[in-house]
Amino acid sequence: MADKRATEDEVVGELRDGMTVGIGGWGSRRKPMSIVRAIARSDLRDLRIVSCGGPDVGLLCATGKVAEVVFAFVSLDSIPLEPHFRAAVESRSVSTVQHDEGTFFLGLQAAAWRVPFLPTRVGLGSDLFRAHPGLRTVRSPYDDGEELVAAPAIELDAAVVHLNRGDERGNGQILGVDPFMDDLMLRAARQRFMSVENIVPTDDFLAEGPVESLRVPRHLTDAVVEAPRGAHFTSCPPDYERDESFQREYAATAKSPEAWEAFRTKYLDLPTHAAYLAQVGLS
Amino acid sequence: MSDATRAEVCIVACAEAFRGDGEIVANPIGTIPIIGGRLARATFEPDLLLTDGEALFVANDLPVGVAGAPKVIEAWNPYRMMLEITWSGRRHVMMGATQIDRLGNQNIAGIGPLDAPKVQLLGFRGAPGNTINDPTSYWIPNHSPKVFVPQVDVVTGIGCDRAAELGPRARFHRIRRVVSNLGVFDFETTAHTMRLRSVHPGVTADDVVAATGFELEVPEDVPESRSPTAEELALIRDVLDPNDLRSKEVPA
Repeated sequence: MADKRATEDEVVGELRDGMTVGIGGWGSRRKPMSIVRAIARSDLRDLRIVSCGGPDVGLLCATGKVAEVVFAFVSLDSIPLEPHFRAAVESRSVSTVQHDEGTFFLGLQAAAWRVPFLPTRVGLGSDLFRAHPGLRTVRSPYDDGEELVAAPAIELDAAVVHLNRGDERGNGQILGVDPFMDDLMLRAARQRFMSVENIVPTDDFLAEGPVESLRVPRHLTDAVVEAPRGAHFTSCPPDYERDESFQREYAATAKSPEAWEAFRTKYLDLPTHAAYLAQVGLS
Repeated sequence: MSDATRAEVCIVACAEAFRGDGEIVANPIGTIPIIGGRLARATFEPDLLLTDGEALFVANDLPVGVAGAPKVIEAWNPYRMMLEITWSGRRHVMMGATQIDRLGNQNIAGIGPLDAPKVQLLGFRGAPGNTINDPTSYWIPNHSPKVFVPQVDVVTGIGCDRAAELGPRARFHRIRRVVSNLGVFDFETTAHTMRLRSVHPGVTADDVVAATGFELEVPEDVPESRSPTAEELALIRDVLDPNDLRSKEVPA
């Protein structure tokens, strides 16, 4: 029986320069921030980030880890635009491949199902074709002959997600109301990494949530990292809400290089998640 | 006779956009549209489905911005399910727009050239999928020539010209209304260009024309937007927006 427990740094040790990495969560919600910070302090570079984007995208752009962002939106929710992502795009230090949320969803689904594309009306007539080089249409082979968008598979080299609970064997439980794209990203990826608030005995799962909360069976994960408060400063209900004041502090650092360097030194240049928790006063 | 504020008139105009929709998902985005959608259901459109702003359909008249307000949950509606509803056609969304043009094209992706934006905005979000699949309306809290532009920099939500080019492939495309802080607009003209449908009390058609960066269709007689009834005002003030968040979006 495999014990899949690992540390953030062991997960990062499996990643390589230039990889396409899907990051779970949505906006500033349930982001695997302890692993994101471990990527930020690593030597990795030129990553292609696929995300329902939030501070994961901004933080990795600001630390120079990203060559390209594949996205339908990037937002901090309570702060509508992600300032570090904005700065990276506007200074052209990262390139972008843009999606509608629908082509993003279908692209991950196509990768998970191992088909090259899925047909949809989403994108027809819009400038998505200019913002997503290579996007193509496909004609229905049936009598209707309708021309549709062929949402291309978004194959991930790796996926990184943060859930509420997991066990040592890599089963995962989402206690919050929305699974977002997390389980789909795991299905669309070759290497699958999950952090969780707590690792619990398998038999304890149903004490906290219904069977429908068991969204991630263990054949979808290669490693599980126990990271209490691992989504900080994003939300992880029902365990905790977003740390809005910390988020404001993070967002404000986009205003000057000095402010960003101070933030980076204080919160990112730390050896472990435990050291981070101590620094933000959560340990 | 009405002592309604501009924000309250805007709420009623947003509610009116959902009139006749029946048992579909009304998906208003923004404080005033959300209050408007909830007002429509509480009065003349009782079968609408409305979310709590997150992943649940809620059956009761939920106030905006009140943490811990009791919810009568009628169904689960996580993110991916909302996308599927969009594609099924059983939804009417009211989105915002950083730019909107004469033919109803919307931009929320970026200002400037697409490959070198001066300002990177949110992204395409769900706008292409919303507009090709479902009735769509827009809410503009700050009517100005910077928002109502001759041509948007990036087409995220598709307008009437793009839909016409697609022909039958855009058979589900429908821009229902544009509601701004100055008036209400539609595309019920022969060329499907934007028309002034009504002006809010205290606003003239000339005011609207001056604040619009393209040639707006202005009928000879422009009616005044409907003011809230006493029942609607009580619902807005006492039930749906007790903390007056509406005045933060459209100041008195």
